[in-house]
Amino acid sequence: MQALIEALGLQQTLDLLALSPPGWGGNLLGGLANSIQIALGAFGLGLVIGIFGAYGKLYGGPVTRDLLAIYTTIVRAVPELILILILYYAATDALNKALVNAGFDRIQISGLAAGIGVLGIVQGAYATEVLRGAILAVPPGQIEAARAMGMPPMKLARRITLPAMLAFALPGLANLWLIATKDTALLAVVGFAELTLETKQAAGATKHYFTFFLAAGALYLVITLVSGRLFARAERWARRGEPGAARGGR
Amino acid sequence: MKAWMLPHRVVMLALALALVVWCALRLRWDWLPEYLPLLAQGLWRTVWLLIVTSVLGMALAIPIGLAMAEGPWVLAAPARLFCTIIRGTPLLLQLWLLYYGLGSLFPQFPWIRQSDLWPILRQAWPYAVLALTLSFAGYEGEVMRGAFKGVPRGQLEAAKAMGMPRLTILRRIWLPLAIQRALPTLGGETVLQLKATPLVATITVVDIYAVANRVRQDTFIVYEPLILLAAIYMILTGIIVLLFRWLENRVPTRTL
Repeated sequence: MQALIEALGLQQTLDLLALSPPGWGGNLLGGLANSIQIALGAFGLGLVIGIFGAYGKLYGGPVTRDLLAIYTTIVRAVPELILILILYYAATDALNKALVNAGFDRIQISGLAAGIGVLGIVQGAYATEVLRGAILAVPPGQIEAARAMGMPPMKLARRITLPAMLAFALPGLANLWLIATKDTALLAVVGFAELTLETKQAAGATKHYFTFFLAAGALYLVITLVSGRLFARAERWARRGEPGAARGGR
Repeated sequence: MKAWMLPHRVVMLALALALVVWCALRLRWDWLPEYLPLLAQGLWRTVWLLIVTSVLGMALAIPIGLAMAEGPWVLAAPARLFCTIIRGTPLLLQLWLLYYGLGSLFPQFPWIRQSDLWPILRQAWPYAVLALTLSFAGYEGEVMRGAFKGVPRGQLEAAKAMGMPRLTILRRIWLPLAIQRALPTLGGETVLQLKATPLVATITVVDIYAVANRVRQDTFIVYEPLILLAAIYMILTGIIVLLFRWLENRVPTRTL
Protein backbone atom coordinates (compact mmCIF):
# COMPACT_ATOMS: atom_id res chain seq x y z
CA MET A 1 0.00 0.00 0.00
CA GLN A 2 2.69 2.44 1.08
CA ALA A 3 4.76 1.51 -1.96
CA LEU A 4 1.80 2.08 -4.24
CA ILE A 5 1.17 5.53 -2.76
CA GLU A 6 4.78 6.51 -3.24
CA ALA A 7 4.91 5.04 -6.73
CA LEU A 8 1.96 7.20 -7.76
CA GLY A 9 3.37 10.27 -6.03
CA LEU A 10 0.25 10.63 -3.95
CA GLN A 11 1.99 11.19 -0.61
CA GLN A 12 1.72 14.97 -0.85
CA THR A 13 -1.95 14.81 -1.79
CA LEU A 14 -2.68 12.53 1.15
CA ASP A 15 -0.81 14.89 3.50
CA LEU A 16 -2.84 17.83 2.21
CA LEU A 17 -6.11 15.98 2.67
CA ALA A 18 -5.21 14.52 6.10
CA LEU A 19 -7.94 14.94 8.67
CA SER A 20 -5.83 16.55 11.41
CA PRO A 21 -4.54 20.13 11.16
CA PRO A 22 -1.58 20.27 8.89
CA GLY A 23 -3.91 18.58 6.42
CA TRP A 24 -7.18 20.24 5.42
CA GLY A 25 -9.43 17.16 5.21
CA GLY A 26 -11.11 17.96 8.52
CA ASN A 27 -12.07 21.43 7.31
CA LEU A 28 -13.53 20.00 4.11
CA LEU A 29 -15.60 17.43 6.01
CA GLY A 30 -16.80 20.13 8.41
CA GLY A 31 -17.86 22.20 5.42
CA LEU A 32 -19.58 19.15 3.94
CA ALA A 33 -21.50 18.65 7.20
CA ASN A 34 -22.61 22.30 7.09
CA SER A 35 -23.66 21.94 3.45
CA ILE A 36 -25.70 18.81 4.15
CA GLN A 37 -27.34 20.44 7.17
CA ILE A 38 -28.39 23.45 5.13
CA ALA A 39 -29.53 21.32 2.20
CA LEU A 40 -31.65 19.10 4.49
CA GLY A 41 -33.15 22.10 6.28
CA ALA A 42 -33.84 23.98 3.05
CA PHE A 43 -35.33 20.90 1.39
CA GLY A 44 -37.58 20.29 4.40
CA LEU A 45 -38.70 23.91 4.59
CA GLY A 46 -39.23 23.88 0.82
CA LEU A 47 -41.41 20.77 1.12
CA VAL A 48 -43.60 22.38 3.79
CA ILE A 49 -43.95 25.58 1.73
CA GLY A 50 -44.53 23.45 -1.37
CA ILE A 51 -47.36 21.41 0.17
CA PHE A 52 -49.17 24.55 1.34
CA GLY A 53 -48.39 26.30 -1.93
CA ALA A 54 -49.68 23.41 -4.03
CA TYR A 55 -52.90 23.17 -2.03
CA GLY A 56 -53.29 26.95 -2.23
CA LYS A 57 -52.78 26.96 -5.97
CA LEU A 58 -55.24 24.09 -6.52
CA TYR A 59 -57.97 24.77 -3.98
CA GLY A 60 -57.35 28.34 -2.78
CA GLY A 61 -59.40 31.40 -3.62
CA PRO A 62 -58.48 33.69 -6.52
CA VAL A 63 -56.38 36.03 -4.35
CA THR A 64 -54.35 33.17 -2.84
CA ARG A 65 -53.77 31.73 -6.29
CA ASP A 66 -52.55 35.01 -7.75
CA LEU A 67 -50.27 35.71 -4.78
CA LEU A 68 -48.74 32.23 -5.11
CA ALA A 69 -48.29 32.75 -8.84
CA ILE A 70 -46.39 35.97 -8.11
CA TYR A 71 -44.22 34.16 -5.54
CA THR A 72 -43.28 31.29 -7.84
CA THR A 73 -42.75 33.59 -10.83
CA ILE A 74 -40.41 35.94 -8.98
CA VAL A 75 -38.36 33.17 -7.41
CA ARG A 76 -38.01 31.35 -10.70
CA ALA A 77 -37.04 34.49 -12.62
CA VAL A 78 -34.51 36.11 -10.27
CA PRO A 79 -31.10 34.44 -9.80
CA GLU A 80 -30.70 32.60 -6.49
CA LEU A 81 -27.58 34.61 -5.75
CA ILE A 82 -29.55 37.88 -5.75
CA LEU A 83 -32.42 36.38 -3.74
CA ILE A 84 -29.86 35.19 -1.22
CA LEU A 85 -28.35 38.67 -0.98
CA ILE A 86 -31.74 40.37 -0.69
CA LEU A 87 -33.10 37.93 1.87
CA TYR A 88 -29.81 37.48 3.75
CA TYR A 89 -28.97 41.15 4.21
CA ALA A 90 -32.27 42.93 3.74
CA ALA A 91 -34.38 40.49 5.76
CA THR A 92 -32.05 40.44 8.77
CA ASP A 93 -31.77 44.22 8.56
CA ALA A 94 -35.52 44.69 8.37
CA LEU A 95 -36.08 42.26 11.23
CA ASN A 96 -33.58 44.10 13.41
CA LYS A 97 -35.10 47.49 12.57
CA ALA A 98 -38.52 46.15 13.52
CA LEU A 99 -37.14 44.74 16.76
CA VAL A 100 -35.41 48.02 17.67
CA ASN A 101 -38.57 49.99 16.89
CA ALA A 102 -40.57 47.66 19.10
CA GLY A 103 -38.10 48.23 21.91
CA PHE A 104 -36.19 44.94 21.77
CA ASP A 105 -32.45 44.36 21.36
CA ARG A 106 -30.95 43.57 17.97
CA ILE A 107 -30.44 39.89 17.35
CA GLN A 108 -27.76 38.17 15.34
CA ILE A 109 -29.23 35.63 12.95
CA SER A 110 -26.91 32.64 12.57
CA GLY A 111 -25.61 31.89 9.10
CA LEU A 112 -27.12 28.43 9.30
CA ALA A 113 -30.64 29.69 10.03
CA ALA A 114 -30.43 32.42 7.40
CA GLY A 115 -29.10 29.98 4.80
CA ILE A 116 -31.85 27.47 5.51
CA GLY A 117 -34.48 30.20 5.39
CA VAL A 118 -33.29 31.69 2.12
CA LEU A 119 -32.76 28.43 0.25
CA GLY A 120 -36.00 27.07 1.73
CA ILE A 121 -37.96 29.95 0.21
CA VAL A 122 -36.31 29.30 -3.16
CA GLN A 123 -36.97 25.56 -2.90
CA GLY A 124 -40.56 26.21 -1.86
CA ALA A 125 -41.34 27.89 -5.16
CA TYR A 126 -40.07 24.93 -7.18
CA ALA A 127 -41.63 22.40 -4.78
CA THR A 128 -45.00 24.15 -5.18
CA GLU A 129 -44.94 23.45 -8.92
CA VAL A 130 -43.69 19.87 -8.53
CA LEU A 131 -46.31 18.98 -5.92
CA ARG A 132 -49.11 20.76 -7.79
CA GLY A 133 -48.37 18.65 -10.85
CA ALA A 134 -48.19 15.50 -8.76
CA ILE A 135 -51.52 16.17 -7.03
CA LEU A 136 -53.12 16.78 -10.43
CA ALA A 137 -51.79 13.40 -11.60
CA VAL A 138 -53.70 11.55 -8.86
CA PRO A 139 -56.82 10.02 -10.45
CA PRO A 140 -59.66 12.38 -9.39
CA GLY A 141 -61.91 9.40 -8.75
CA GLN A 142 -59.82 8.43 -5.70
CA ILE A 143 -60.18 11.88 -4.12
CA GLU A 144 -63.88 12.04 -4.99
CA ALA A 145 -64.45 8.59 -3.52
CA ALA A 146 -62.81 9.68 -0.28
CA ARG A 147 -64.95 12.82 -0.22
CA ALA A 148 -68.06 10.76 -0.89
CA MET A 149 -67.19 8.61 2.11
CA GLY A 150 -67.27 11.79 4.20
CA MET A 151 -63.55 11.96 4.95
CA PRO A 152 -62.53 15.29 6.50
CA PRO A 153 -60.07 17.35 4.36
CA MET A 154 -57.02 16.84 6.61
CA LYS A 155 -57.52 13.10 6.75
CA LEU A 156 -58.10 13.03 3.00
CA ALA A 157 -54.79 14.79 2.42
CA ARG A 158 -52.96 12.50 4.86
CA ARG A 159 -54.47 9.19 3.81
CA ILE A 160 -55.27 9.61 0.11
CA THR A 161 -53.84 12.61 -1.75
CA LEU A 162 -50.32 12.79 -0.31
CA PRO A 163 -49.51 9.04 -0.44
CA ALA A 164 -51.03 8.68 -3.90
CA MET A 165 -49.16 11.66 -5.34
CA LEU A 166 -45.81 10.63 -3.82
CA ALA A 167 -44.86 8.39 -6.73
CA PHE A 168 -45.50 11.21 -9.20
CA ALA A 169 -43.71 13.80 -7.07
CA LEU A 170 -40.56 11.83 -6.26
CA PRO A 171 -38.65 12.33 -9.54
CA GLY A 172 -39.21 16.09 -9.31
CA LEU A 173 -38.34 16.10 -5.62
CA ALA A 174 -35.14 14.16 -6.31
CA ASN A 175 -34.16 16.89 -8.76
CA LEU A 176 -35.00 19.53 -6.16
CA TRP A 177 -32.87 17.82 -3.54
CA LEU A 178 -29.92 17.83 -5.94
CA ILE A 179 -30.51 21.51 -6.63
CA ALA A 180 -30.61 22.11 -2.87
CA THR A 181 -27.25 20.42 -2.30
CA LYS A 182 -25.68 22.39 -5.14
CA ASP A 183 -27.29 25.70 -4.17
CA THR A 184 -25.64 25.53 -0.76
CA ALA A 185 -22.45 26.43 -2.64
CA LEU A 186 -23.97 29.88 -3.32
CA LEU A 187 -23.83 30.65 0.40
CA ALA A 188 -20.06 30.76 -0.04
CA VAL A 189 -20.59 34.16 -1.66
CA VAL A 190 -22.09 35.60 1.54
CA GLY A 191 -19.27 34.07 3.55
CA PHE A 192 -20.91 31.02 5.08
CA ALA A 193 -18.36 28.27 5.79
CA GLU A 194 -19.85 25.48 3.71
CA LEU A 195 -17.91 23.03 1.55
CA THR A 196 -17.12 25.28 -1.40
CA LEU A 197 -15.83 28.18 0.72
CA GLU A 198 -13.77 25.84 2.95
CA THR A 199 -12.31 24.37 -0.22
CA LYS A 200 -11.41 27.77 -1.61
CA GLN A 201 -9.74 28.76 1.64
CA ALA A 202 -7.77 25.52 1.81
CA ALA A 203 -6.77 25.86 -1.82
CA GLY A 204 -5.80 29.49 -1.41
CA ALA A 205 -3.69 28.78 1.66
CA THR A 206 -1.76 25.87 0.13
CA LYS A 207 -1.86 26.92 -3.56
CA HIS A 208 -2.91 23.37 -4.48
CA TYR A 209 -6.05 24.39 -6.31
CA PHE A 210 -6.65 21.24 -8.33
CA THR A 211 -6.22 18.89 -5.37
CA PHE A 212 -8.80 20.61 -3.23
CA PHE A 213 -11.36 21.54 -5.86
CA LEU A 214 -11.28 18.01 -7.25
CA ALA A 215 -11.63 16.57 -3.74
CA ALA A 216 -14.63 18.79 -3.06
CA GLY A 217 -16.09 17.87 -6.44
CA ALA A 218 -15.75 14.21 -5.51
CA LEU A 219 -17.59 14.85 -2.24
CA TYR A 220 -20.46 16.58 -4.04
CA LEU A 221 -20.54 13.78 -6.58
CA VAL A 222 -20.79 11.19 -3.82
CA ILE A 223 -23.79 13.03 -2.34
CA THR A 224 -25.40 13.12 -5.79
CA LEU A 225 -24.84 9.46 -6.57
CA VAL A 226 -25.88 8.22 -3.12
CA SER A 227 -29.04 10.31 -3.07
CA GLY A 228 -29.84 9.18 -6.60
CA ARG A 229 -29.83 5.59 -5.34
CA LEU A 230 -31.92 6.47 -2.29
CA PHE A 231 -34.51 8.34 -4.33
CA ALA A 232 -34.75 5.48 -6.84
CA ARG A 233 -35.41 3.11 -3.95
CA ALA A 234 -37.95 5.52 -2.44
CA GLU A 235 -39.75 5.76 -5.75
CA ARG A 236 -39.92 1.99 -6.06
CA TRP A 237 -41.39 1.92 -2.56
CA ALA A 238 -43.91 4.63 -3.39
CA ARG A 239 -44.98 2.75 -6.50
CA ARG A 240 -45.47 -0.57 -4.68
CA GLY A 241 -48.75 -2.16 -5.55
CA GLU A 242 -49.04 -0.35 -8.86
CA PRO A 243 -49.71 -2.68 -11.75
CA GLY A 244 -46.52 -3.42 -13.67
CA ALA A 245 -44.26 -1.91 -11.03
CA ALA A 246 -42.94 -5.27 -9.89
CA ARG A 247 -41.85 -6.20 -13.38
CA GLY A 248 -39.84 -3.01 -13.65
CA GLY A 249 -42.23 -1.44 -16.13
CA ARG A 250 -42.92 2.26 -16.19
CA MET B 1 -57.67 41.39 -21.34
CA LYS B 2 -60.79 40.29 -19.50
CA ALA B 3 -58.71 38.26 -17.07
CA TRP B 4 -57.06 41.45 -15.85
CA MET B 5 -60.34 43.18 -15.06
CA LEU B 6 -61.37 40.88 -12.21
CA PRO B 7 -61.90 43.02 -9.07
CA HIS B 8 -59.15 41.41 -6.98
CA ARG B 9 -56.66 41.72 -9.82
CA VAL B 10 -57.45 45.41 -10.26
CA VAL B 11 -56.78 45.92 -6.55
CA MET B 12 -53.53 43.93 -6.76
CA LEU B 13 -52.39 45.85 -9.84
CA ALA B 14 -53.11 49.12 -8.06
CA LEU B 15 -51.11 47.91 -5.06
CA ALA B 16 -48.21 46.87 -7.28
CA LEU B 17 -48.31 50.22 -9.06
CA ALA B 18 -48.34 52.02 -5.71
CA LEU B 19 -45.31 49.96 -4.64
CA VAL B 20 -43.44 50.89 -7.81
CA VAL B 21 -44.29 54.58 -7.37
CA TRP B 22 -43.23 54.43 -3.72
CA CYS B 23 -39.94 52.77 -4.73
CA ALA B 24 -39.34 55.41 -7.39
CA LEU B 25 -40.10 58.36 -5.11
CA ARG B 26 -38.97 57.36 -1.65
CA LEU B 27 -35.85 55.30 -2.35
CA ARG B 28 -32.54 56.79 -3.39
CA TRP B 29 -31.91 56.69 -7.12
CA ASP B 30 -29.52 59.66 -7.39
CA TRP B 31 -26.61 57.27 -8.07
CA LEU B 32 -28.23 56.06 -11.28
CA PRO B 33 -26.99 58.72 -13.77
CA GLU B 34 -23.41 58.34 -12.61
CA TYR B 35 -23.38 54.55 -12.96
CA LEU B 36 -25.59 54.30 -16.03
CA PRO B 37 -22.72 53.68 -18.52
CA LEU B 38 -21.25 50.99 -16.26
CA LEU B 39 -24.67 49.38 -15.83
CA ALA B 40 -25.20 49.32 -19.58
CA GLN B 41 -21.78 47.69 -20.06
CA GLY B 42 -22.55 45.14 -17.37
CA LEU B 43 -25.93 44.36 -18.88
CA TRP B 44 -24.33 43.88 -22.29
CA ARG B 45 -21.73 41.53 -20.80
CA THR B 46 -24.43 39.46 -19.08
CA VAL B 47 -26.43 39.14 -22.30
CA TRP B 48 -23.26 38.41 -24.30
CA LEU B 49 -22.25 35.67 -21.84
CA LEU B 50 -25.73 34.17 -21.96
CA ILE B 51 -25.88 34.08 -25.76
CA VAL B 52 -22.31 32.88 -26.35
CA THR B 53 -22.36 30.14 -23.72
CA SER B 54 -25.83 28.94 -24.72
CA VAL B 55 -24.89 28.67 -28.39
CA LEU B 56 -21.52 27.02 -27.71
CA GLY B 57 -23.06 24.77 -25.06
CA MET B 58 -25.82 23.71 -27.43
CA ALA B 59 -23.25 22.95 -30.13
CA LEU B 60 -21.52 20.63 -27.63
CA ALA B 61 -24.77 19.18 -26.31
CA ILE B 62 -25.94 17.86 -29.68
CA PRO B 63 -23.05 15.41 -30.18
CA ILE B 64 -23.14 14.50 -26.47
CA GLY B 65 -26.85 13.77 -26.59
CA LEU B 66 -26.45 11.84 -29.82
CA ALA B 67 -23.63 9.76 -28.33
CA MET B 68 -25.72 8.92 -25.27
CA ALA B 69 -28.84 8.13 -27.27
CA GLU B 70 -27.51 6.00 -30.09
CA GLY B 71 -23.71 5.98 -29.95
CA PRO B 72 -21.47 2.98 -29.33
CA TRP B 73 -20.48 2.58 -25.70
CA VAL B 74 -16.99 3.99 -26.39
CA LEU B 75 -18.68 7.34 -27.02
CA ALA B 76 -21.69 6.91 -24.77
CA ALA B 77 -19.75 6.11 -21.59
CA PRO B 78 -17.56 9.25 -21.58
CA ALA B 79 -20.56 11.39 -22.52
CA ARG B 80 -22.55 9.96 -19.63
CA LEU B 81 -19.62 10.46 -17.26
CA PHE B 82 -19.29 14.08 -18.39
CA CYS B 83 -22.98 14.76 -17.80
CA THR B 84 -22.92 13.09 -14.38
CA ILE B 85 -19.93 15.13 -13.25
CA ILE B 86 -21.28 18.43 -14.54
CA ARG B 87 -24.73 17.84 -13.11
CA GLY B 88 -23.43 16.42 -9.86
CA THR B 89 -21.21 19.30 -8.75
CA PRO B 90 -22.07 22.97 -8.15
CA LEU B 91 -21.33 25.39 -10.98
CA LEU B 92 -19.54 27.69 -8.54
CA LEU B 93 -17.07 24.90 -7.76
CA GLN B 94 -16.50 24.18 -11.46
CA LEU B 95 -15.97 27.87 -12.12
CA TRP B 96 -13.44 28.22 -9.32
CA LEU B 97 -11.70 24.98 -10.31
CA LEU B 98 -11.18 26.28 -13.84
CA TYR B 99 -10.29 29.85 -12.88
CA TYR B 100 -8.03 29.24 -9.91
CA GLY B 101 -6.83 25.79 -10.99
CA LEU B 102 -6.02 26.44 -14.64
CA GLY B 103 -5.15 30.03 -13.78
CA SER B 104 -2.40 28.83 -11.44
CA LEU B 105 -1.31 26.03 -13.76
CA PHE B 106 -0.84 27.99 -16.98
CA PRO B 107 1.85 30.45 -15.79
CA GLN B 108 4.10 27.48 -14.95
CA PHE B 109 4.57 26.71 -18.63
CA PRO B 110 6.81 29.27 -20.35
CA TRP B 111 5.53 28.37 -23.82
CA ILE B 112 1.99 29.30 -22.80
CA ARG B 113 3.17 32.58 -21.34
CA GLN B 114 5.05 33.43 -24.50
CA SER B 115 2.23 32.46 -26.81
CA ASP B 116 -0.08 34.99 -28.45
CA LEU B 117 -2.99 33.63 -26.45
CA TRP B 118 -1.51 34.68 -23.11
CA PRO B 119 -3.07 38.18 -22.99
CA ILE B 120 -6.45 36.47 -23.34
CA LEU B 121 -5.73 33.63 -20.91
CA ARG B 122 -4.68 36.15 -18.27
CA GLN B 123 -8.17 37.58 -18.15
CA ALA B 124 -11.10 36.05 -16.32
CA TRP B 125 -13.74 35.89 -19.03
CA PRO B 126 -12.37 32.88 -20.97
CA TYR B 127 -12.74 30.77 -17.82
CA ALA B 128 -16.25 32.12 -17.26
CA VAL B 129 -17.21 31.25 -20.84
CA LEU B 130 -15.63 27.80 -20.55
CA ALA B 131 -17.32 26.95 -17.25
CA LEU B 132 -20.76 28.19 -18.33
CA THR B 133 -20.47 26.45 -21.70
CA LEU B 134 -19.53 23.10 -20.16
CA SER B 135 -22.30 23.42 -17.61
CA PHE B 136 -24.91 24.19 -20.30
CA ALA B 137 -23.60 21.32 -22.42
CA GLY B 138 -23.89 18.91 -19.48
CA TYR B 139 -27.51 19.76 -18.71
CA GLU B 140 -28.54 20.08 -22.36
CA GLY B 141 -26.82 16.81 -23.28
CA GLU B 142 -29.33 14.98 -21.08
CA VAL B 143 -32.20 16.95 -22.61
CA MET B 144 -31.02 16.20 -26.15
CA ARG B 145 -30.55 12.52 -25.32
CA GLY B 146 -34.22 12.30 -24.42
CA ALA B 147 -35.18 14.35 -27.46
CA PHE B 148 -33.17 12.19 -29.87
CA LYS B 149 -34.66 9.04 -28.38
CA GLY B 150 -38.15 10.49 -28.58
CA VAL B 151 -38.13 10.99 -32.34
CA PRO B 152 -40.49 8.40 -33.84
CA ARG B 153 -38.52 5.51 -35.37
CA GLY B 154 -40.74 5.49 -38.43
CA GLN B 155 -39.45 8.92 -39.49
CA LEU B 156 -35.86 7.71 -39.46
CA GLU B 157 -36.70 4.42 -41.12
CA ALA B 158 -38.60 6.22 -43.85
CA ALA B 159 -35.59 8.46 -44.50
CA LYS B 160 -33.32 5.42 -44.59
CA ALA B 161 -35.68 3.64 -46.96
CA MET B 162 -35.50 6.64 -49.29
CA GLY B 163 -31.75 6.11 -49.41
CA MET B 164 -30.78 9.24 -47.51
CA PRO B 165 -27.16 9.28 -46.30
CA ARG B 166 -26.77 9.17 -42.51
CA LEU B 167 -25.51 12.73 -42.13
CA THR B 168 -28.39 14.05 -44.21
CA ILE B 169 -30.84 12.10 -42.06
CA LEU B 170 -29.32 13.74 -39.00
CA ARG B 171 -29.37 17.21 -40.53
CA ARG B 172 -32.74 17.10 -42.22
CA ILE B 173 -34.88 14.76 -40.11
CA TRP B 174 -33.43 13.72 -36.79
CA LEU B 175 -31.99 16.96 -35.44
CA PRO B 176 -34.92 19.24 -36.41
CA LEU B 177 -37.45 16.84 -34.88
CA ALA B 178 -35.35 16.44 -31.74
CA ILE B 179 -34.91 20.19 -31.28
CA GLN B 180 -38.60 20.70 -31.85
CA ARG B 181 -39.34 18.23 -29.04
CA ALA B 182 -36.78 19.82 -26.77
CA LEU B 183 -37.80 23.46 -27.35
CA PRO B 184 -40.03 23.91 -24.27
CA THR B 185 -37.31 22.42 -22.04
CA LEU B 186 -34.62 24.48 -23.75
CA GLY B 187 -36.53 27.66 -22.90
CA GLY B 188 -36.52 26.75 -19.22
CA GLU B 189 -32.86 25.77 -19.35
CA THR B 190 -31.92 29.08 -20.96
CA VAL B 191 -33.61 30.90 -18.09
CA LEU B 192 -31.57 28.75 -15.68
CA GLN B 193 -28.43 29.67 -17.62
CA LEU B 194 -29.30 33.37 -17.27
CA LYS B 195 -29.68 32.80 -13.54
CA ALA B 196 -26.24 31.18 -13.46
CA THR B 197 -24.43 34.09 -15.11
CA PRO B 198 -24.06 36.28 -11.96
CA LEU B 199 -21.71 33.62 -10.54
CA VAL B 200 -18.99 34.90 -12.89
CA ALA B 201 -18.81 38.03 -10.75
CA THR B 202 -16.95 35.90 -8.18
CA ILE B 203 -14.05 35.55 -10.60
CA THR B 204 -13.90 39.29 -11.36
CA VAL B 205 -15.88 39.33 -14.60
CA VAL B 206 -17.82 42.61 -14.52
CA ASP B 207 -21.36 41.65 -15.44
CA ILE B 208 -24.49 43.54 -14.34
CA TYR B 209 -24.43 41.81 -10.97
CA ALA B 210 -20.84 42.90 -10.32
CA VAL B 211 -21.72 46.49 -11.27
CA ALA B 212 -24.64 46.50 -8.83
CA ASN B 213 -22.33 45.17 -6.12
CA ARG B 214 -19.85 47.92 -6.86
CA VAL B 215 -22.59 50.50 -6.49
CA ARG B 216 -23.46 48.95 -3.14
CA GLN B 217 -19.86 49.16 -1.97
CA ASP B 218 -19.21 52.67 -3.30
CA THR B 219 -22.35 54.36 -2.04
CA PHE B 220 -23.39 52.20 0.95
CA ILE B 221 -26.88 51.99 -0.54
CA VAL B 222 -28.13 48.52 0.37
CA TYR B 223 -31.48 47.83 -1.22
CA GLU B 224 -31.87 49.93 -4.34
CA PRO B 225 -29.22 48.25 -6.54
CA LEU B 226 -30.56 44.83 -5.56
CA ILE B 227 -34.12 45.85 -6.45
CA LEU B 228 -32.93 47.20 -9.79
CA LEU B 229 -30.99 43.98 -10.37
CA ALA B 230 -34.00 41.79 -9.59
CA ALA B 231 -36.13 43.88 -11.96
CA ILE B 232 -33.54 43.61 -14.75
CA TYR B 233 -33.28 39.83 -14.42
CA MET B 234 -37.07 39.51 -14.41
CA ILE B 235 -37.27 41.55 -17.62
CA LEU B 236 -34.54 39.40 -19.22
CA THR B 237 -36.38 36.23 -18.15
CA GLY B 238 -39.57 37.60 -19.65
CA ILE B 239 -37.80 38.30 -22.94
CA ILE B 240 -36.37 34.75 -23.05
CA VAL B 241 -39.77 33.21 -22.29
CA LEU B 242 -41.46 35.30 -25.00
CA LEU B 243 -38.70 34.50 -27.49
CA PHE B 244 -39.06 30.76 -26.97
CA ARG B 245 -42.86 30.98 -27.11
CA TRP B 246 -42.51 32.76 -30.45
CA LEU B 247 -40.06 30.07 -31.66
CA GLU B 248 -42.40 27.28 -30.56
CA ASN B 249 -45.29 28.88 -32.42
CA ARG B 250 -43.18 29.26 -35.55
CA VAL B 251 -42.37 25.56 -35.71
CA PRO B 252 -45.03 23.93 -37.86
CA THR B 253 -46.58 21.14 -35.82
CA ARG B 254 -48.89 18.45 -37.02
CA THR B 255 -50.31 16.43 -34.18
CA LEU B 256 -50.39 12.82 -35.20
